[in-house]
Amino acid sequence: MKNLKPIFLFVVVILALNLNAQSNAGLKLPEGFKATLFADTIGSARHIAVTKSGVVFAKLMYPNKAGKSIIRLEDANKDGIADKINGWANYGGTGIFVKGKDLYATSDNDVYLYQLNDNDEVVNPSSPKTIVKGLIAKNQHASKSITLDGDNNVYVNIGAYSNACQEKDRTAGSKGMMPCPILDSAGGIWKFSGTKENQVYGDGKRYATGLRNVVGLDWNTQSNSLFVMQHGRDQLNSFYPTLYNDAQNAELPAETMYELHEGDNAGWPYVYFDPYQKKKILAPEYGGDGKKEGGENALNPTVFFPAHMAPNGLLFYTGDQFPAKYKNGAFIAFHGSWNRAPLPQEGYFVAFVPFKNGKPNGEWEIFANGFSGLADGEKVTNVRKVKSRPCGLAQGPDGSLYVSDDARGSIFKISYAK
Amino acid sequence: MAKQLPILFLSVLFFTVSVNAQDLVKGKKIYETRCLACHQADGGGVPNMNAPLDGSSNVVGNNIARLVKIIKGGYSEKIALDGYYYNNVMTANPDLKEEDIANVLSYVRTSWSNKASKVTVAQVQAAQRKK
Repeated sequence: MKNLKPIFLFVVVILALNLNAQSNAGLKLPEGFKATLFADTIGSARHIAVTKSGVVFAKLMYPNKAGKSIIRLEDANKDGIADKINGWANYGGTGIFVKGKDLYATSDNDVYLYQLNDNDEVVNPSSPKTIVKGLIAKNQHASKSITLDGDNNVYVNIGAYSNACQEKDRTAGSKGMMPCPILDSAGGIWKFSGTKENQVYGDGKRYATGLRNVVGLDWNTQSNSLFVMQHGRDQLNSFYPTLYNDAQNAELPAETMYELHEGDNAGWPYVYFDPYQKKKILAPEYGGDGKKEGGENALNPTVFFPAHMAPNGLLFYTGDQFPAKYKNGAFIAFHGSWNRAPLPQEGYFVAFVPFKNGKPNGEWEIFANGFSGLADGEKVTNVRKVKSRPCGLAQGPDGSLYVSDDARGSIFKISYAK
Repeated sequence: MAKQLPILFLSVLFFTVSVNAQDLVKGKKIYETRCLACHQADGGGVPNMNAPLDGSSNVVGNNIARLVKIIKGGYSEKIALDGYYYNNVMTANPDLKEEDIANVLSYVRTSWSNKASKVTVAQVQAAQRKK
C-alpha cells in the first residue's frame, strides 16, 4: 500500500493537469473571459450564424456521419452547452447567414434561402428557395461565403480558381495571364438581391475585384460598408527561388483586410502586399522582382497581418457584453497556415482589431489562442495533428462570441463575466 | 544445391544493386524542394487541401504508373482518398528525370510510417511506356 502512494500522487497530478487544460475548453483568453465547449464533433463546421433567440446554425463543408450539412444547435437549459442538436440538407459548403427568420446557406455553386418558424426551426428543409445558382467552383477556393447589408443585398465571395493566374497554375516559369481572365467570373465579391429567386451571374454585379480568395467577410454597420479578409498567394519560394528564400516566403505576402465599395480593386493577381516594405509589390508572374511596385489603382489594406494565416472568419462585434474596447471592433478567425513550411506554422487563433467609427483604432492582438491543442508557445509543424482550426464567427443575442472549428467539429462559446 | 548457388548469388546481387540504385538522400532532397511545401515535412499534407503521402493507400499501393503520371503531369481534380477529399492543385514536374522520380518515389514510399517497396528506374520507364 505504501508503494502505491507515489502512483496515487502522480494520478492526482495528471488529473489536475487534465482538468486545467480543459478549463475554458482548452482556450487561452484575456482576463475575465471564459469559454465553454458549446458543441463537439458535429462535423466540418465552417461558418456559423445565431438567431435572436440564441439558436446556432452551422454549415458543414461536407455532410457529417448522419448525412446532414446544416446543423441546428440549441442550448435549452442555458448552461453554455448545446443540448438539442439536429440537422438537414446534404450539400457541403461554407456560407451561412441569418436575418430575422431568413436563413441563407451556400453550396459551392448556389445560395439557398430557408424559412425559420417562431422557434427558429426550419420550415422547408428540403425545399429552400434558390437565390443564386451556377457560380463557378473549380475545387480551389470554391467555397462561397456570404453576408448581407441592411437593404437585403447578399454579397458572395467567388474565389479565384488559381494561385496567381499563371497560364499553368502553380507551375514554375509559367507567366501570369494579362489581363487575368479569371477576374471575369471569380476573384472578387459579387452582389445579388437577397430576395429574388434563381439569379445567375448576369443578375448580379461584380461588386469588387482583385481578391484572390475571401472566406471571412462582414458588413460593418457603423461605416455601412463591406469588409473582407483576403487569403494571400502561396509559394513564392517554390517557383521563384532566386527571388524568395524559405524565410521570405514564410512572411510574404501579408494577409489583408479591405474595406470595399462598389468598383474597388484589391490588386490580385498583379500585386501582393509586402508587410515589411508596406507596399503593393508586382507579382513575379508579372515581371516583379520583390521590389518593383505596382497596382497604382488598387486598394491598400485597411489592416494587414502576418502571412499565410488563412483568415476564415470576420465579425464586427456590436454586443454589449464584452468590455468597451471590443465594441464595434473586428474579430478575425485565423484557420492557421500550411504554406510557411519548412518553417513553423502560424495562426490557429482568433485575433482582435479595435475600431472606431468604422476605422481601425489600434494594433491587432491575439484574442483567443490554444485551438491547436499544443502547449503554450509551441508552434504547429504537423498541420494534420492540430486539434481545432478556427473558421467561423458569430455573435449571440447576449453578446457572447461563438467560434466554429472545421477540423474537430467544435463550437466554442466565449463570454465575459465582470 | 550446388546448381542453385549461382542463381541465389545472382539474385542477391540483383537485389543489392536494385536497392542501392535508389538514392534516398537524393530523393529526400527532391522532396524538400518540390513536395514539402504542400505535402509537409511529416508527409501529412493539409486537411481538405493537400493529400497526405504518409499512410496514403495510393502512395504505398502497387499502381506505380499512376504515381509517376501524377508527379510528371500534376493533378487538378478534387481527389477522394481514404475517406477524405483534397482540393488543391498539384504542380506538374515535367523536368524530373526518370532517376529523380524513382528516387523521390522511393523516399516517400519508405518514409514516415510508409513501408512500401522502393521504385526502380525500370519501373518508372515501364510506367511511362504505359501512358
